[in-house]
Amino acid sequence: MTTMRKRFYELATRALDDDPRTAIVLAEIGVSELPRHERVFNVGIREQLMIGVAAGLAFEGLRPVVHSYAPFVVERPYEQIKLDLGHQDVGAVLVSTGASYDGAQSGRTHQSPGDVALLSALPGWTIHVPGHPDELEDALTGALAGDDRIYIRMSEESNAAPVRADGLTVLRRGSPDAPVVVAVGPTLDETLAATSDLDATVAYLATVRPFDGDGLRGLVGAGGDVVLVEPYLAGTSAAEVAAAVADRPHRLLALGVANVELRRYGRGRDHRAAHGLDAAGIRRAFTGFLDKPAVAPL
Amino acid sequence: MAATTTLDYDDLPALLTELTGDEKHDRSALSTLDVLWVLYDRVLRVDPRATDDPERDRFLLSKGHGPAAYYAVLAAKGFLAVDRLAGFGGFDSPLGYHPDHLLIPGVEISSGSLGHGLPIAVGTSLGLEARRRERARVFCLVGDAELDEGSNWEAVQLAGRLGLGRLTAVVVDNHSSTYHWPGGIAARFELEGWSAARVDGRDHEALERALTTTGERPHAVVAEVER
Repeated sequence: MTTMRKRFYELATRALDDDPRTAIVLAEIGVSELPRHERVFNVGIREQLMIGVAAGLAFEGLRPVVHSYAPFVVERPYEQIKLDLGHQDVGAVLVSTGASYDGAQSGRTHQSPGDVALLSALPGWTIHVPGHPDELEDALTGALAGDDRIYIRMSEESNAAPVRADGLTVLRRGSPDAPVVVAVGPTLDETLAATSDLDATVAYLATVRPFDGDGLRGLVGAGGDVVLVEPYLAGTSAAEVAAAVADRPHRLLALGVANVELRRYGRGRDHRAAHGLDAAGIRRAFTGFLDKPAVAPL
Repeated sequence: MAATTTLDYDDLPALLTELTGDEKHDRSALSTLDVLWVLYDRVLRVDPRATDDPERDRFLLSKGHGPAAYYAVLAAKGFLAVDRLAGFGGFDSPLGYHPDHLLIPGVEISSGSLGHGLPIAVGTSLGLEARRRERARVFCLVGDAELDEGSNWEAVQLAGRLGLGRLTAVVVDNHSSTYHWPGGIAARFELEGWSAARVDGRDHEALERALTTTGERPHAVVAEVER
């Protein structure tokens, strides 16, 4: 199966030919995967400039796509994202690769578990966390046609099959009072495996901002347990869940990447297990959460 | 006074007084006054009635600190109603201590945090190139202390290597950078592939000559003003 990253380069190449608005802005990473083209701008290893250039291109009516490893596209030029794009009110499509721990062997410098939380702290961003190359294609195609601010977080982790739907999508329905498990992007297959024999409603979400609070409220009904499984910093969408079900009793278990310096190399799957995001870890946390009785109201 | 009234250089002190309420004006606000006046009076192809004209010159004020001179020049040139000056900094005023381009027609970028204008100006220059807008020039005003920010040098380096001839950086040098620029600011631009000129930042003829210089390379005008 093709990777999200390979699909991205194919789609970006095609977009350059098909749409004169499309511009690609790079800081070396990805240059060898894309054609030489008058609208591919490699600024060298200058990530602040990468965002500033994208802003200038957007001011002139182009649709800039900025691509690099997640730490270099989100964290290093964060103030440029806030000001050159957000405060100037121009659009861009940021497409990152590497996610939380794809670069396990590269260590902390190439890992960005905080990217979604950071962009969530800025107004007006749509954030896609595709779980499959086909979902990446849908997200990118939509993003190229618009002129708003969009972040697409690619990963080497991928589910076996795409879910091509908008908003929170129920994939398995439990009994009416069963916990609602929300799996984000590439966590879906592990989440389904973790809960296959348990009474749970499992729903999928690939667009996390804006967060589909209406969808979640519909699933939670009068109240109950919510489990959030996110492939980035644990709790990143906890406030969104809290806001969505603020008017009904609920408990929340928010799983994700722990906010620690792990200081381990290895493979992505080693890190997935270390953060409890493999099927065994998700199941352990989930059953432990269910075993803990809710505190009775006073 | 109506928004379209065109005033003269000699009217600027009165406009500044309108803005700040002070008879005497802060030097940091005034360091850019002559450069801004010459740009808007003699150099920039901009029109307050057509601020979205795709062929207009783009002027990006990167050094957004002390924008009184900028607002005064914009008012003198009809981009801003003179009666808006009095509310400077107020909740209902479009005029903040750093400018917001969404609130003032003709202002190209919002600024305040230093080191953002030149990188955007490089993108604007590349965008104009891609859109085949041959005439539009891009000017970006920075301060000598602002050049402390490394993001400027990312932009200077790339603009020089790519030969962005439509781009002019105007450096208002009032020697306010704590650690100075040994060997001079102009030399740094030249080393990166720019042409550069040093001029007296109060001499309107010299400023006009330097600011209307164009070539194959990006151009830096270092305007020296008293500290």
